[in-house]
Amino acid sequence: MANTAAAGGKSTARTKKLNETKMILRQPLLLVAVILTILLLLLFVIYPLVKILIFSLTDADGAFSLANLAEILTTSRYLAVFGRTMLLGVIVAVIATFIGYIFAYTITRTNVPCKKFLKTIATLPILSPPFILSLSIIFLFGKQGFITKTLLGITGNNVYGMGSLIVVQVMSFFPIAYLTLSGILSSIDASVEDAACNMGASRWHTFWTVTFPLSLPGIISGCLLVFIQSLEDFSNPATIGGEYSTLSIEVYQIITGSYDMQKGSVLALLLLLPAVTAYLFNKYWVSKKSFVTVTGKPTQARKLIDEGHIKWPLFAFCMVVAAVILLFYGTVIFGSFVRTWGYDYSLTLDQYRKALAYGWDSLKNSMVLGLISAVIGGLLGMIIAYITAKRNYYGKRFIEISSVLMFAVPGTVLGISYILAFNTKPLVLTGTAVILVIVFTFRNMPVAIESGTTTLLQIDNSIEEASTILGADTGYSFRRITLPMLRNAFFSGIVYAFTKSITAVSAVIFLVSARWNLVTSKIYSLFDQAKYSQAAAFVTMLVIILLVFIGLFNGIINLLLAPRSKVPQVKTQKTEGTK
Amino acid sequence: MSNQNEKPAFSKKSSGVVLKDVTKIFQQPDTGKDFVAVNHIDLEIHDGEMVTLLGPSGCGKTTTLRMISGFEYPTSGNVLIGDRDVAKVPPNKRGISMVFQSYALFPHLNIWENIAYGLRVAKLPQEEIIRRTNDVVELMQLKGMEKRFPNQLSGGQQQRVALARAVVIEPSVLLFDEPLSNLDAKLRESMRDELRALQKRLGITSLYVTHDQSEAMAISDRVVIMKDGVICQQGSPTEIYEQPSSRFVANFIGKANFIDGTFRGRDGEAALVEVNGHTFSVPAPGKMEDVSEGGPCCLAVRPESILLSAEEGPLPGVVSRATYYGAKVEYEVMLGELPVIVEVYNPQLSERFAEGDRVHMTLIDRCVRVLA
Repeated sequence: MANTAAAGGKSTARTKKLNETKMILRQPLLLVAVILTILLLLLFVIYPLVKILIFSLTDADGAFSLANLAEILTTSRYLAVFGRTMLLGVIVAVIATFIGYIFAYTITRTNVPCKKFLKTIATLPILSPPFILSLSIIFLFGKQGFITKTLLGITGNNVYGMGSLIVVQVMSFFPIAYLTLSGILSSIDASVEDAACNMGASRWHTFWTVTFPLSLPGIISGCLLVFIQSLEDFSNPATIGGEYSTLSIEVYQIITGSYDMQKGSVLALLLLLPAVTAYLFNKYWVSKKSFVTVTGKPTQARKLIDEGHIKWPLFAFCMVVAAVILLFYGTVIFGSFVRTWGYDYSLTLDQYRKALAYGWDSLKNSMVLGLISAVIGGLLGMIIAYITAKRNYYGKRFIEISSVLMFAVPGTVLGISYILAFNTKPLVLTGTAVILVIVFTFRNMPVAIESGTTTLLQIDNSIEEASTILGADTGYSFRRITLPMLRNAFFSGIVYAFTKSITAVSAVIFLVSARWNLVTSKIYSLFDQAKYSQAAAFVTMLVIILLVFIGLFNGIINLLLAPRSKVPQVKTQKTEGTK
Repeated sequence: MSNQNEKPAFSKKSSGVVLKDVTKIFQQPDTGKDFVAVNHIDLEIHDGEMVTLLGPSGCGKTTTLRMISGFEYPTSGNVLIGDRDVAKVPPNKRGISMVFQSYALFPHLNIWENIAYGLRVAKLPQEEIIRRTNDVVELMQLKGMEKRFPNQLSGGQQQRVALARAVVIEPSVLLFDEPLSNLDAKLRESMRDELRALQKRLGITSLYVTHDQSEAMAISDRVVIMKDGVICQQGSPTEIYEQPSSRFVANFIGKANFIDGTFRGRDGEAALVEVNGHTFSVPAPGKMEDVSEGGPCCLAVRPESILLSAEEGPLPGVVSRATYYGAKVEYEVMLGELPVIVEVYNPQLSERFAEGDRVHMTLIDRCVRVLA
């Protein structure tokens, strides 16, 4: 039945689309919004990506050529780098998903104490600035490491390499797996597990025959998301990878070291391919395999596992991970107040003084540009959500896909493609603040679009109809009903975009200039000079800025958005007769 | 309670509605073929009247409602509200209001602002907005909840807010789109009575769409039964129940047995119908459209209009099922091949039968109708 309906429906769907397209043509404001959006996306999303594709597949004369690609693919050094990048990604994905699963299971299924604390720990690294974990592993295990040198007396320990990279990436990215998995695990209907238990299955058996298979899509999804993060990661391999060079580092070195844009962009393509594949696979295949999303709300409250032999080992595991995370963060904060790490542990504010003298401008740039792009991205995101969520017209699919494309593109690739696209006429933007704002905007907008779209789809049609029948025209309904309901999505989009902008490394490392430098690239250069304590001071400031910003914004949201619960009072006395 | 002098300060603005030869054709989304949702219907709702559109899903009742609301425009025909043809007037210019199945309360506005919304749209003076909103808050017994938000209210309270929001603008017509279907059974009955009392008190012309026949019976001045885009029958709840004009209507409102027979002519007002060799004289057979002398017809009998006896009666049968409900016993009696449903109320006062018992059925002939 579905087949015949689909076959017959094609022509009608087309007429309907045509009609809706015509309808949009009659609404000038909407039409302008659609056309402007399409133009912006063509210019700042499609054009740079096409440019990098063309550039890497042509020779010096501009003719089509696979020579560059062939050269890369036959150079054993690059193949080795590619292999290392993939291997690291897979290892990190598996370990991080494992830890994420244990956290998610412990929090959703058992009644261990301190759940709030565990939840916070498991989401903290998402907000944390880059470099922070690399810094602390250097502080703890490096040549001057507190554990290696001060406690164990080992001198000259080499902390750089694959092992450290795995530790640091797992700690950075397991929260992504945790968030995915806790969503999946808590949406599994409790009665399904109860049913298994009821039929005599042990906890262990229930887990392996019911819970685990049902959460499998979440596990795959978590692995893929962590894998992508590991591929894209620039800051950790750059600072503690040592000899273990990954693709994004290789690209950076080729471009900044030997100025070989061509080779750099081919390598970037090698990075783009697996990242986009994993992204699409997750978005279109894994999410369709999910069993749990269709069942809706759990029918009853879940009875949490209370057996000591199950919950205490899980709790212990989580607490150990939490302790390590706290140790790492604490080390960096402590390190920022220390005079000379490894020799003189007396406390001082010197590092902050030096850091601010060295990079106050870049810190200011990061905040200002981050904020500007967050607001622009938030607005544009709401517009895109509005023009795509409940309509269907020619060009809509293009807007939908291209507006979230930048989310899947690794930062390194993005950076190179922007250099290629905007360092020549007609549009020279490299070296300006504008290019940074644009990169931030288009890279971090998808979250705003997503939450805006979700919000709009949740608004029942009858709510708008109710407004209409009470006399409101389209404009009034939009202002008083639709827009206020989008405010939450708008502000959460802004918070996300600002956080991501101020902590971005890989995309902007190619685009900063002497005039417009950003705090993250300043921190990175402090690593080169081995000024780790100054870097720690910067990173600590970033943490504080993020916390203050998020706190401030939540305050503003609560102030602005707290729906008015006031009721206007009338001064005239009520007449008795109206009763 | 319903003293005329106690009427609240609502000015009477309601007006009648007339549908003239209205048709609505949709293009079916899956096949692309035309689908006639409403097929040349005529309907008149008098000023202050409460009319219910009743019918199975897909009968066109909701489409009819949406054409009056303005969310759909008729393919052909006229829609008049008062004297004004509004067939092509957008919903927000019709001066009517509607209570939605999902209530459609604005989640970001508190109860007071939800109710005041329509008045604010109309840009009335602040004083008047406050006065009228407060009046309705009081009328709907929502005092003390003004500052809450829709998600903090129970289903019944949300329903009241939805109703308050609809009546505060003093609409010329009030439309109800299955407003009680999201409530549980007990609450539905009390809300139903409340709603009807309010409608009578305010005297607002109302059109009510439902698929629940008992709701329709309880709430309406007039019930309009629709099927396949056309009106089958309309009339007061009494007429619809007692004088069904077709098997469909008889079966849709309440239960009915159809016993086939042959029409043998008239005896004054009464119709003579032969069933199983026995001739029944039906004193008030109804209109008997499409029934010709000597031709087939059927006796439509409600289950409560049949008497059972062990000894005598014109229609012998065997009890094939007996279900005890407390207030009544429901029997299924096999009349040859035909199962006949019989309801006996006050079972403690009458003879009881078990499955397999031979019984005789007597029709209370004043309650029998003759249909084609």
